[in-house]
Amino acid sequence: MIFIEDKQMVIPGDVLADKEYQSGRGTFKEDDKICSSLVGLVAIRDKKISVIPLQSKYIPKRGDVVIGEITDIRFSMWNLDINSPYSGILPASDVFGKEKRDLNKAFNVGDVLFLRVVDVDEVKKVKLGLKGRGLGKFRDGILIYITPTKVPRLIGKKGSMINMIKDETKCEVVVGQNGVVWVKGDPSMERVAEKVINMIEEQAHTSGLTDRVRNMLFELLGKEIPEKEEKPEATEEATDEEEEEEENGENLIQ
Amino acid sequence: MGVTIIPEIIRESLNNLVKNGERSDDRSFDDYRDIYLETGVISKAEGSARVKIGKTQIMVGAKPQIGEPFSDTPNVGVLMTNSELIPMASPDFEPGPPDERSVELARVTDRCMREAGVVDLEKLCIIEGKKVWMIFLDLHIIDYDGNLMDAAVLGSMAALMDAKIPEAKVEDDEVVIDPEKKVSLPIKEKALMCTFAKIGGELIVDPSLEEEQVMDARISIGMRADGSICAMQKGGMQPLNKDEILKAVERTGEITKKLMEHLPQNNQ
Amino acid sequence: MITIITNKILGKNSTSSKRADGRASDELRPFKIEAGVLERADGSAYLELGGNKVIVAVYGPRELHIRRLMQPDRAVLRCRYNMAPFSVDDRKRPGPDRRSVEISKITSEALMPAVFLEKFPRSTIDVFIEVLEAEGGTRCAGITAASVALADAGVPMRDLVVACAAGKSEGEVVLDLSEVEDKDGEADVPVAIMPRTGEVTLLQSDGNLTPEEFGKALNLAIEGCMKLSEAQKEAIIKRYGD
Repeated sequence: MIFIEDKQMVIPGDVLADKEYQSGRGTFKEDDKICSSLVGLVAIRDKKISVIPLQSKYIPKRGDVVIGEITDIRFSMWNLDINSPYSGILPASDVFGKEKRDLNKAFNVGDVLFLRVVDVDEVKKVKLGLKGRGLGKFRDGILIYITPTKVPRLIGKKGSMINMIKDETKCEVVVGQNGVVWVKGDPSMERVAEKVINMIEEQAHTSGLTDRVRNMLFELLGKEIPEKEEKPEATEEATDEEEEEEENGENLIQ
Repeated sequence: MGVTIIPEIIRESLNNLVKNGERSDDRSFDDYRDIYLETGVISKAEGSARVKIGKTQIMVGAKPQIGEPFSDTPNVGVLMTNSELIPMASPDFEPGPPDERSVELARVTDRCMREAGVVDLEKLCIIEGKKVWMIFLDLHIIDYDGNLMDAAVLGSMAALMDAKIPEAKVEDDEVVIDPEKKVSLPIKEKALMCTFAKIGGELIVDPSLEEEQVMDARISIGMRADGSICAMQKGGMQPLNKDEILKAVERTGEITKKLMEHLPQNNQ
Repeated sequence: MITIITNKILGKNSTSSKRADGRASDELRPFKIEAGVLERADGSAYLELGGNKVIVAVYGPRELHIRRLMQPDRAVLRCRYNMAPFSVDDRKRPGPDRRSVEISKITSEALMPAVFLEKFPRSTIDVFIEVLEAEGGTRCAGITAASVALADAGVPMRDLVVACAAGKSEGEVVLDLSEVEDKDGEADVPVAIMPRTGEVTLLQSDGNLTPEEFGKALNLAIEGCMKLSEAQKEAIIKRYGD
């Protein structure tokens, strides 16, 4: 038995299905029932039921790319705020190798970096690293904060959403999986991108978002809105894009 | 109080914007964010207001109590202002007794109201030297998104204008209160406050949280409806020069006039 | 030296009900719940119940800087119940008192069973309850609003805890005591439950009741909780349109 439909909004404690279904992310099993633990949208894949949250905190996972801010310099490491209940550390050795150097000559408090989560241990110590294409310190630009679970939506199917923003605003955009977005371009274009990204954040749970984003971009840029392409409304919906999540690592970089 | 470290690129970007005559939310240097003001929101408080400047939100309550006057001013009532930066309002506010920011906010608001002569305190005297009305203004900061000073003064002004206190009569040297008969507080002046932040060498009105976080200095000017100055407070780590201060005063006149329109119009 | 004239005589004026405000014995005061009312907090909610006005902010899970509070295998859930100085007839002095400290503790214990704390070891979830106006039953109002704020913050939970009081006033067991009924009444029984399973997460009793009366009060309180539970759900759904 299943008590809900795909993409239906649910809240904590809602009973979703009974035992013939599997309990996925955002759900839990109680007796013979699968219940939601979150406010979110139901995603049914075969017999597996998950709930995609509308609001969440970033929990670091090995391999993720994140945007972090240096909050402290300590003996042989930097401390970073990665928009998460768990702060991160960047060991000096990751930057200098075996060489002994002054840490604040490389990065200072307040610097914003693009990093990879190298390891998360049992006591939730988050080790960060800079080895990889495009990783390093940002210069200029602005930062925008979104809910981490909305990152796949901002990127869109095969990067369609983010590429549209980049193309129209001529800005560089980097999205961290921790929900921090860096945008750099002409200052007025940075603000256009900011408005659009905030709109995606607010409306991530609705369908037909790509068209609305395009219209908003065109309006803000003073461009004429082209005739809507003949396309059924239902082709693009939130949960489809969740499947893109796995590949949004490397290809976000620039 | 927690410390927030501002990303260097945000600091640069906001400074550069201001240098180009712009702000991140498209406002001009003299523009306030949207202002929302509602009075009479707490029925248990004799006077109350909910004020929003942008996303900053403050609840203000005015409550009267009968008490003894200060010995050096036996024939005037008392106005006391207290503020709480409750941890609800910001991830950087912590529970505990009022810290220095909270005390500064309360004291600046208090000076602005008192020195402007907003309430005719002499009329709050019931029995000279023995019994006077004490009006407690409580500022409850519930959402902090910058510029608490102006919101606090606006909310305080509105709560005082909204306040109805019971009539107090003296019979045989005894105070008799009739809670069924309510009278407005004796409001004789209106005063508001206008805060500027110095960023990128310019003074901008009503700093948002991010602007406050990167500002070099701040100046708050309290002004009465007639254009006279009733309070002033300079803040921030960097200095201001004389010209900047005088220009801020000059701009405050026009800006406060517009701000006054948000106050309830029924009074006076 | 100070005399208060009062000509308000409450109660004993209604034929349909013995209650001062004319409610039936199993009737809640009018209520309203809203989710997502604050900008800075991770989650928030506003609740009105009769003359009560309560606002709740949730921050977290976030980093816990106080090491001695840290739990290696789960998050800590800290609650702070606070009354605004203007929330009551006689101005309340700011800051915690014994009453608010106790309410903070039992509120946190009422909410904890529902929260998947084990998902966020070493972190903290902070719940700030501010009573803007009090008219009897603020602790229950705070808990009911806190659950909505936690859900709004995206904190994973087994259920939305909901709370409501019943008690005895003028010899009758009644639901949701008002301030007057609480002050002059014989007993007050605040109850919080997880509605899906019916498990009780908060229970207090203050006053004299026979075991039969207590059983009746408990049932009434649970009935009240079920009604408020619907309003909690609606508030969350409404936050996102639809």
